[in-house]
Amino acid sequence: MSLRADVQKPKRLEFVTLVAGEQNFCIEITQIREIRRWTPVTMLPHSPDHVLGVINLRGAVIPIIDLAAKLGFAQIAPTERHVIIIIAVEDRIIGLLVESVSEILGVDAENVRETPRGPEDVTTRVITGIIPLGDDMTKIISLPTLLTQPLQVAA
Amino acid sequence: MAADSTMRDVFFEECEDLIAALSDGLGAMRDGQTDDETVNAVFRAVHSVKGAAGAFALDDLVGFAHAFETVLDAVRSHRLPLEDRILHVLQRAGDVLADLIDAARDGSAVNQAQVDPVVDDLRSFLGDEPQPDENFIFDALTLSFDGPTDAALTHVITFRPSDAFYISGNDPFLVVQALQSLGQTRVSVDTSHAPTDITALDWRSGYFTWQIELDGPDNDLSIREVFQFVDDLCDLTIRLKDAVSEQEPAVVENDDVQISDTFEQPSATALPDRNIKRPTSSLRVDPERVDRLINAVGELIINQSVISQRLMQANLPNNAELFADLDDYKLLAREIQEGVMAIRAQPVKPLFQRMLRIAREAADATGKLVDLITDGEATEVDKTVVERLADPLTHMIRNAIDHGIEQPERRAEVGKDPQGKLRLSARQRSGSIVIEIADDGAGLDRQRIKEIAISKNLIPEDAQLTEAEIDHLLFAPGFSTAKAVTNLSGRGVGMDVVKTAIAALGGRVAISSVTGHGTTFSITLPLTLAVMDGMIINVGGQTMVVPISNIIETVRPKAADISYMGLTSTLLRIRGDYVPIIDLSERMGQATTTRNMTDRVLLLIQTDTVAQCALAVDDIYDQRQVVVKSMQANYGDIAGISGATILGDGKIALIIDPDAVVQSNSNYPVTISTGKELAHVAAR
Repeated sequence: MSLRADVQKPKRLEFVTLVAGEQNFCIEITQIREIRRWTPVTMLPHSPDHVLGVINLRGAVIPIIDLAAKLGFAQIAPTERHVIIIIAVEDRIIGLLVESVSEILGVDAENVRETPRGPEDVTTRVITGIIPLGDDMTKIISLPTLLTQPLQVAA
Repeated sequence: MAADSTMRDVFFEECEDLIAALSDGLGAMRDGQTDDETVNAVFRAVHSVKGAAGAFALDDLVGFAHAFETVLDAVRSHRLPLEDRILHVLQRAGDVLADLIDAARDGSAVNQAQVDPVVDDLRSFLGDEPQPDENFIFDALTLSFDGPTDAALTHVITFRPSDAFYISGNDPFLVVQALQSLGQTRVSVDTSHAPTDITALDWRSGYFTWQIELDGPDNDLSIREVFQFVDDLCDLTIRLKDAVSEQEPAVVENDDVQISDTFEQPSATALPDRNIKRPTSSLRVDPERVDRLINAVGELIINQSVISQRLMQANLPNNAELFADLDDYKLLAREIQEGVMAIRAQPVKPLFQRMLRIAREAADATGKLVDLITDGEATEVDKTVVERLADPLTHMIRNAIDHGIEQPERRAEVGKDPQGKLRLSARQRSGSIVIEIADDGAGLDRQRIKEIAISKNLIPEDAQLTEAEIDHLLFAPGFSTAKAVTNLSGRGVGMDVVKTAIAALGGRVAISSVTGHGTTFSITLPLTLAVMDGMIINVGGQTMVVPISNIIETVRPKAADISYMGLTSTLLRIRGDYVPIIDLSERMGQATTTRNMTDRVLLLIQTDTVAQCALAVDDIYDQRQVVVKSMQANYGDIAGISGATILGDGKIALIIDPDAVVQSNSNYPVTISTGKELAHVAAR
């Protein structure tokens, strides 16, 4: 591996784009373990609205979070058509329920724009950057930020 | 060098065994067993530590072990009488040696303030030594062997590694290096056997013979120690350079031979210092591998219940034989599972021995007289539990000595033995391990605990608490009864941390205290972390699991057995007693059902905090072994839930923590609007 190739080749990033709360978001592909269809969950007592419950993923107990609700949108009423994105962040494995997953998007690092800073809310706080897509754009979700708030309310 | 670091690991594992042998021996000596065999066992343990530590250039350790060993040598040759004071110092020296080993392993700093007095004490015994010849040994403390003193001997070591030495991956350099740590050396090598033709050279062949002249050690014991692991892989001769001046080495060597002959057979536990050469008395396995095996077996058990469930549903005709086979399968799976868990099981003995050290240190620091008695050291617990219990136990032992046991004068005043007793015991009780720390001190000062809790806003002034509730305030975060912050305990991070640590292991802590007679803390822990017997129940349509160990019996109540108290409380009459009924579905945050109590099933449960109560559930499905999966890593704690398991159909069922469910029923914290901390007390 030559150093020069590293220097010349712009850093290439890959994202999975998804829809939650009828808006476009994306997550960096390296944080995603797998994508699967919605299956019924086991509900957890005393959990906040965005925590749907837990599922059995090949022997591990994985919590499922409604991404739309977590971002402040209306809760998703899950059906067979909805999708769970299994993510691995900081040793935790968590499933995110989203409305749909669209495509894998490859962009050069330099094409990622900084998030325009307006008034802060639940959603803008977790957006680390935006990517223009022709007429449209998509927003990069920072999973560590998304998950820094504890998942459950204090008892 | 990688080989060196694994050798280092082996060394520290060996050291654990040696320290265990040492504590055993010192304990036996303290109990009056001062025969030569016991003293020799202690001596050899210290000596082995020193020898091996030398190979790794752990100078502090070698220096201390040397001083320690010199005193022990005087004891075993009956030059020093074994009196109480020397026994005490030896005990402390054993503790310091263990600390030094820990420090060397972790690369942490040594608390010199603790080491120096012991070294001084050790020296003080040697000061009276009638044999001036031995005085040079003092120099070893500072490791200044460099210049040969008049009294020093020079050994000539001829060392010719055999082929097997090289094939088994040993490095002559390490051996020579180890010898160099013992004193001044002059090394020469005889290469005359090496072939001059390079093509004939075989790296596995032992061509070379080293001759090492070593100044320093007064006998060849430490030299032989260096060759301990390789002495069957080489030709080795050790002789004195100047054989006229001393005849002692010969005597010592004889002595040594006798020792190893007499006590290697009688007790295997007494001195495992030749572990490596012993064929396969034990097996060191990477814990990771065991964990993978445990996981796989967990899956096997889940798979077994899936298959059972499928076959049940298949309604096969004439299925008696099939079900007999299925039962066999179940038994086998369980047997495999128990076998695998047994691999992880370890006796609590090393943990308890460590606590002996802690207790002695704490007693010395507080000036109290404490006799720590341990009981049930052979009780086996999961390795993780043993490891993670060390901190909470340390804290509790220190607390018991610092706060529990009174000063000797005070004890004498109230007519107690000035020496306090602290009993640390472990035993197995139906699927759980119970560890108790019992002191015979003053007992909890409940009035004071309450005052402190009020002053720290943990409870309102007018709170009416039962004795048990007051005792449990000790576990509230930020609670500390020490009047002054002492060196030992009372930093205010006390018992709540203990409780959290134990809760993380799936255990509970209970307190019982009798004023004037002492306090007992009992820790109840699950036998294994991975599997438990559970009752599978239906709560408002959700499948959940209650640990069998908490259930006394199940009851289908008649209308006459149910009485109401106010708007919310329901009581069950059972054998003349009234116990509160807790609606589990309500506790689990589900909508209150309108189902009549008489349609439901009551689980009569008992926990450490509340005598008895009944959990109302909708149905009981089954009773079986479940594999416990933690939710902490991916999600966090949930009030009233201790974990989850995967059922036969692949669905997840939550495991109820009856203790937490029942405790959140205690009404005092709930009535306090400000008590956030108290909610915490109540939650666990």
